[in-house]
Amino acid sequence: MTAFTVESCGPMTSLQDAGRFGQQRFGVSRSGAMDRLALAQANTLVGNPAGAGAIEFALLGGTFRLAAGAARVALAGPARLSRGGTLLPHGTSVTVEAGEPVTVSAAPAGIFSYLAAAGGFAVAPDLGSVSLQGRAGIGGLRGRGLQAGDGLPLASGPAPVGPELSLPTLSLDPLAPIRVVLGPQDDFFDADAIAVFLRTAYTVSPEADRMGYRLAGPPIPHLRGFNIVSDGIVPGSVQVPGAGIPIVMMADCQTTGGYPKIATVISPDLRLVANRRAGEAVRFVAVTVVEAQAAARERAAAIAALPSSATPVRGGLPGVEELLALNLAGAAVNALAGPC
Amino acid sequence: MAPPPGPRILACGDAALAVEFGETIDPALNAQVLALDGALAGCPGLIETVPTYRSLLVHYDPVEIGFAELSGRIRSLLGAAAPHRSPGRLWRIPVAYGGPHGIDLDETAQAHGIGPDELIARHAAPTYRVYMIGFLPGFAYLGGLDPSIALPRRTVPRLKTPPGTISIGGVQALVASIEAPSGWHLLGRTPVRTFMPGRDPVFLLGPGDRVRFDPIPADAFEALEAQAAGGAIVAELLEVSAT
Repeated sequence: MTAFTVESCGPMTSLQDAGRFGQQRFGVSRSGAMDRLALAQANTLVGNPAGAGAIEFALLGGTFRLAAGAARVALAGPARLSRGGTLLPHGTSVTVEAGEPVTVSAAPAGIFSYLAAAGGFAVAPDLGSVSLQGRAGIGGLRGRGLQAGDGLPLASGPAPVGPELSLPTLSLDPLAPIRVVLGPQDDFFDADAIAVFLRTAYTVSPEADRMGYRLAGPPIPHLRGFNIVSDGIVPGSVQVPGAGIPIVMMADCQTTGGYPKIATVISPDLRLVANRRAGEAVRFVAVTVVEAQAAARERAAAIAALPSSATPVRGGLPGVEELLALNLAGAAVNALAGPC
Repeated sequence: MAPPPGPRILACGDAALAVEFGETIDPALNAQVLALDGALAGCPGLIETVPTYRSLLVHYDPVEIGFAELSGRIRSLLGAAAPHRSPGRLWRIPVAYGGPHGIDLDETAQAHGIGPDELIARHAAPTYRVYMIGFLPGFAYLGGLDPSIALPRRTVPRLKTPPGTISIGGVQALVASIEAPSGWHLLGRTPVRTFMPGRDPVFLLGPGDRVRFDPIPADAFEALEAQAAGGAIVAELLEVSAT
């Protein structure tokens, strides 16, 4: 069994999988990847189940080195992967050897990227998941995120065989409206207040983390107070506290709360919110539950279809012509020029 | 038009719904929540449920079952299941009140025009009901507070309160597990860990359980805290379940 040694990484680097299920009744949030589609893409590229544990990077990247042997890895999300200083093509798995520095760049746009390794990481699940819930000290590497000097063991799987795989780069439209289903407490707001919510171009405030994204914009007036008897919160719940400024609850959100929730971001669109940076715009558009569930089924089908959409790459790495065909000419030029 | 009889079923996005039995803190509503929670077990597409004071949050997989179909199933279960459930386990939880363990004890007593000892006596007198476990792991939200010591939340919340904090906010009482922000009034601390990763059980309390507070001297806290750190459950189980 070999391991990746963490040489450096950003402060918000952690193990995340599809989430922790069945524990919310005990106050434990679901956690899991902020961008489930990117997690699925990284895992698919190395032949793992879509929801397996991977390293989540937030804005900043990191550098890793394999202690022994070889390992197949893949990065999905806006960050870029390089090996020994050479930039690798986007959305393609790569087999790395012991000692080579493997570097994840900072995100040029968006926030969250995922590094998966074939066979997964050999970290024991905590309450059913490897996802870090930092505040509770659950999951991750001994209850915390990754730090320089950590060893992250790989599950001892068979040596990587077969061609590397490639998938089209995920789109992350920074202007796409965020679809919400109104409620469950939309009756705490009148029609004018709901119109403010749906017509405003909010921006993400600097108070945004894995628990929730506080927005900035005009306040939404409450119709009958802002205290409710605490009830359940889901990732995507849009809480409107006393000051009237909405907060979108995210993967590590508290399980219950006492503020009315004007709407709920639909799960396929949570990755779009997650990847908006402080100062970037968020506009909401209301859809029906039926439309929301059609979108959720479509997303589930797209994730299920990832393995069949992955295309083998000949000779381990694509040639220049293939890169050109993949519209990665810029990356190819950089790779040929080497670090400058 | 009159609302349909029975609880409201509210969509929480594409993958959850809330079955809302009322908007108040009421043991009868909470019993209905727990009865539905039990009746839903094994429902197709169900992922997990979160019982709260007066509603049941149901997480489900929209690939397996749609909102309308699940709502219909829930309504039929409501008609069939009689909300009967015997009272849950009864726990005695030691609490060191006041001083460094409960920095708001004196102020809270003053707000009610009583002495700190009287406040402790009134806080420790009732048998509380655990309405829900929520917010953060193992945080037990209790009902049954003596209304004569109820106090609205602080206007400025504290960013950090210690693990094991025993506090009140409005008519609610709380047993906290880990360090957390809070706008409630801190009356004391318990060495009991209602959440402890790696211990069996990880979570001590569940909705429907009952709790009594047992005042202990401040100097007894540290010894119990050390036992709890070693994995001991320093709460006492007084009744497994009422008959």
